[in-house]
Amino acid sequence: MHGALFVAKTGLSAQDTSLKVISNNLANVSTVGFKKDRVVFEDLMYQIQRQPGAQSAEDSQLPSGLQLGSGVRVAGTQKLFQEGELQTTGEAFDIAIAGRGFWEVTLPNGDAGYTRQGQFQLNSDNEIVTSEGYVLAGGITLPAEVQSMTVGVDGTVSAIVQGSATPQQIGQLQLADFVNPQGLQAYGQNLFLETAASGTPTLANPGEGGTGQLRQGMLEGSNVNAVEELVNMITTQRAYEMNSKVISTADQMLSFVTQNL
Amino acid sequence: MDKVLYLAMSGARETMRSQQAHANNLANATTTGFKADFAQARAMQVHGDGHESRVYAMAERPGTNTASGTLMQTGRSLDVAVDGDGWLAVLDSNGNEAYTRQGELQINQFNQLVTGSGARVMGNGGIPITLPPFEKLDVGGDGTITIKPLGEGAAELAILDRIKLVKPESGELFKSTDGLMHSGNNQPLLPDNGVKLRSGFVESSNVNSITELTSIIDLARQFEMHVKMMKTAEENSSAATKILSLQ
Repeated sequence: MHGALFVAKTGLSAQDTSLKVISNNLANVSTVGFKKDRVVFEDLMYQIQRQPGAQSAEDSQLPSGLQLGSGVRVAGTQKLFQEGELQTTGEAFDIAIAGRGFWEVTLPNGDAGYTRQGQFQLNSDNEIVTSEGYVLAGGITLPAEVQSMTVGVDGTVSAIVQGSATPQQIGQLQLADFVNPQGLQAYGQNLFLETAASGTPTLANPGEGGTGQLRQGMLEGSNVNAVEELVNMITTQRAYEMNSKVISTADQMLSFVTQNL
Repeated sequence: MDKVLYLAMSGARETMRSQQAHANNLANATTTGFKADFAQARAMQVHGDGHESRVYAMAERPGTNTASGTLMQTGRSLDVAVDGDGWLAVLDSNGNEAYTRQGELQINQFNQLVTGSGARVMGNGGIPITLPPFEKLDVGGDGTITIKPLGEGAAELAILDRIKLVKPESGELFKSTDGLMHSGNNQPLLPDNGVKLRSGFVESSNVNSITELTSIIDLARQFEMHVKMMKTAEENSSAATKILSLQ
């Protein structure tokens, strides 16, 4: 059948995937700690119909031959770990990371998950948990009659307890850092999982070992730029339309043959 | 049988092949660093005894359009785009040096610098680049990679390697079946110091979708004319049968 039909089909499905990624980015434009994705396109194999340099006659060669491409595919998606903008909230349990690093949390199955979403809360056992209820690794439990909690830029947690004026130090928060954060597997719920590509995490106190410092009372917004995504959406839509135009043209050619011959 | 039928058929068949080349360009209208392929038709005369009246059509790809695409700002430090002429040197799957303009670089699980489709990026010394753990990475305008090693101060910057950039003569590179550009007989080209690299940008595909779509419509009309010729050949043939029939 017509080769262009299948080539244009690969174009349609690649643009389809691209639109899905863009819509996911746009849907998470206000998700705290969200990192946007980007699709990587790659041209598929080329088929050699006529070898360049083959003899076209005893004393002449084909100068350029014919190599036909077979379309496009999505080679993968890349997570972009640019920092989102920091927003001041004034909430004591909102802690942003200014720089590299992830919070390590314990998932229900006992595995470690990593997140940059710093909207923490207290559970019934006075432990610091994420909004999903996963306990922050490091095991920080606040005293029962706590009045206020302070997190220093280096991760020192201190609290003022009822009846005492001097703050008491109750723990140390740590950050996990990866050699290649782009290799992390996105798990949903703002969480990432360790993979072979990301390398193993190294734990460090905030501000040490290349990690960022902590900012209490601030949150890191999503790093999605809505305007950029809308522009990408326009290019995706137009590329999709043009590929579908190729399909309808190829279809007309084939129907012309069946009608006339 | 009348030769005109076969001549028209060869025209229609080659038109469909050119059509595929243009469809491939359009399918890659959003592929980073993609270079559009040209398609052209050539007259191939059939040599031999007697009057040389038969000239078949033959589609071919005379080359690849190496014009630069538009640079798009992304702000990611591992996105690089070649500003002006020049190519990034990478390793293909057979271990030969190949050239590309796809600059969405990333790091794989072996800490190697690879392109978006996984080809390893070559350093200036002819060895693929491997990165130690780093906190921040910058690519300079000449391809020099500077890193701030993990846990070191801002004064401890390390110059690591330089991305190999080449600037071959026009027509020296050709596109291979893996979509990467190769030099003739796979000889590595010498690095060129004059090639400029822009970090934080990627280069869009250089496919002009309007031109491609117009070519596709043009080829579709040509195809219809070839089919019309086949139809005419059939009519001639059936008229001849009618006249020459015994009844």
